[in-house]
Amino acid sequence: MPDIVEITNLRKAYAGGFEALKGVNLKIEQGEILALLGPNGAGKTTLISTICGITTATEGTVTVGGHDTVTDYRQARSMVGLVPQEINLEPFERVVNTVAFSRGLFGKPTNDAAIEKILRQLSLWDKKNNQIRELSGGMKRRVLIAKALAHEPRVLFLDEPTAGVDVELRRDMWEIVAGLKADGVTIILTTHYIEEAEAIADRIGIIAEGELLLVEDKDKLMTRMGKKQLVVQLTKPIDALPTSLVSDSLALSDDGAALIYTYDTRAERTGITKLLADVSDAGLILADIETKQSSLEDIFVGLIKEGAA
Amino acid sequence: MNWIAVKSIYTFEMARFFRTITQSLISPVLSTSLYFVVFGAAIGSRIQEVEGISYGAFIVPGLIMLSVITQAISNASFGIYFPKFIGTVFELLSAPVNFFEIVLGYVGAAATKAMFIGLIILITSFFFVDITILHPVWMIVFLVLTCISFALIGFIIGIWAGSFEQLQLVPLLIVTPLVFLGGSFYSISMLPPAWQVVSHFNPVVYLISGFRWAFFGSADVPIVTSLFAIAGFTLLGLAVIWWIFRTGWRIRQ
Repeated sequence: MPDIVEITNLRKAYAGGFEALKGVNLKIEQGEILALLGPNGAGKTTLISTICGITTATEGTVTVGGHDTVTDYRQARSMVGLVPQEINLEPFERVVNTVAFSRGLFGKPTNDAAIEKILRQLSLWDKKNNQIRELSGGMKRRVLIAKALAHEPRVLFLDEPTAGVDVELRRDMWEIVAGLKADGVTIILTTHYIEEAEAIADRIGIIAEGELLLVEDKDKLMTRMGKKQLVVQLTKPIDALPTSLVSDSLALSDDGAALIYTYDTRAERTGITKLLADVSDAGLILADIETKQSSLEDIFVGLIKEGAA
Repeated sequence: MNWIAVKSIYTFEMARFFRTITQSLISPVLSTSLYFVVFGAAIGSRIQEVEGISYGAFIVPGLIMLSVITQAISNASFGIYFPKFIGTVFELLSAPVNFFEIVLGYVGAAATKAMFIGLIILITSFFFVDITILHPVWMIVFLVLTCISFALIGFIIGIWAGSFEQLQLVPLLIVTPLVFLGGSFYSISMLPPAWQVVSHFNPVVYLISGFRWAFFGSADVPIVTSLFAIAGFTLLGLAVIWWIFRTGWRIRQ
C-alpha cells in the first residue's frame, strides 16, 4: 500500500523552550490503523495537532496524500479529519447542525444523504435533533467523530478516543474504527491503553519524550520482542528447585506448584525438550503445561525503561 | 476561496442570533425607548433645538451608532471567543480555510446582526420623533462601514481575550467612553473650545458626525474626513487581523 501520510524530521519546540517533538520520521500506509502508544506528555497530541495544523512545526515537513500541510494546506487538510481528546462541542447546538457545519467548513457542499449516512453509522440518527448538552458522554464522543467524518476524510486522527470511557463504550468505539477501516479510511489513534492498541491496530508506534522509539507491525512486534513463557504445573508443590534444574531462565512460582520457564521464540533451540527431560529426570510429575505470550504491555514497559536508562 | 466555508460560518453564527431573536430585538427596542424618554422627553424638552433640529431627532443617529458599535463589538468578540473558550476553535484551525475566510464569516455575521439592530432602532425612533433622512444611501454606507469596522475590532478583542472579564474590559473602558464622548447626544460645537480640540482625537466623533450628516445635512467635521476616518478604521482592523493569523498570536501555538 502507498504511504498516505509522510512525516519528515518533525520538530516542535514551544515558546518556553520545551521540546515536545524531537525529529519524528513516520510514514503511514493507506488504509491501515496505526496506534501511537505512549505515556502522558510523550508528544502524541502535539504530533497530531501539528499534522492537522493546530500547532505549527518548528522544523520538518508533513505531507498528506502528497500535499504539504503548510504550503498546500487546503488540499492536505480537506483529506484529514480530527477527533480531539477533549469533548469540545457547543452545548446548545443540535447534532445535525453541528455536523453539517463541519462539512461546510471543510468546503464540501451540503449533502443531507451523506450526513444521514454518517449519523446512522454512529447510531446518532435518532438524536439528530437533540441539543448536544442533552447527550451522554459517549454520545458526545460519537458526535465528535461524526463531525470529523462529515467531510468524508481519507485520514482520520483519533486522539485518545477511549480515554475515560467505560468498557462497553470502548468496544463500541473499536467497532466503529473497524467499520471505518473497512470503508478504506486510514486511521491514526493515540492511546495509553496498550490493550486498545493490541486489539485494533495493524501497526504500533511507541512514542516517549518526543521521540518515536519504534514503529512496527503489531504481530511482528509481538513475536520479535515477545518472550514466551512455559508454565509447568506440578502435581505436588516443591520447596526449591532441584539443583539439576537451576538456571537463569527457570523460576519457581511463589506457591511452589509451578515451574516458569522463559524462552525466546526467535532462538534456534528453545530448550523445551531438554527442560522437560530434566524435569522428568528430577522426578517431578507434571499436572499441566501452558504457554503464554508476553503482552504488548510488557514490551512497552520494557522499551520505556530502556529509553529512560 | 472556500466560499462554502464562509457561508457555513456565516449561517451558523446567524442561526445563533435567530435562536434568541426575541432577546435580540426586545432589548434594543426597550433601551432606545428609554433613551427617548430620558434624553428626548425629560432633558430634551429643556434643550429645544440643536443646529435647527429638535433634540429628540438630533440624538437618533447617535443612539443608532451607540447600539450598533456596542453590538458589533460584542457579537464579533463573543463569536470568536466562545469557540476558543469551549475548545471548538480546533476545528477552525484544522479546516482548509484561510484567515480572510474566517474573518469574512465571523465579522460578516456580527456586522449583519449589528446592522439589523441599527435598523430596528431607526424604525423604533419613527414612533417617537419626526425624522427625514436627507441622504439615505450615505446613511446606509456609514452604517455598513461602522458595523464592519467595529466588528473587526470586536474580532480582535475576542482573539486577544483570555477570559470573560477581558472580553468586557475593552468595550467597557475604552469603547463606551469614546462613544459617549463622541457626540452621540450632543454636537461637538456645544463643547468649550479646548474640549472640541480633544474631541477631534476621538475616532468615533467622525463616524457619528458623518452618520448625522446623512440624516440632517449638518456635520461637526467635513464629510470627506469622516469617510477617510472610517475607511482607515476598517483597514487598520484588517491589518491587525492579518498579522494575528500570520503569526498565530493567541490562537495557534
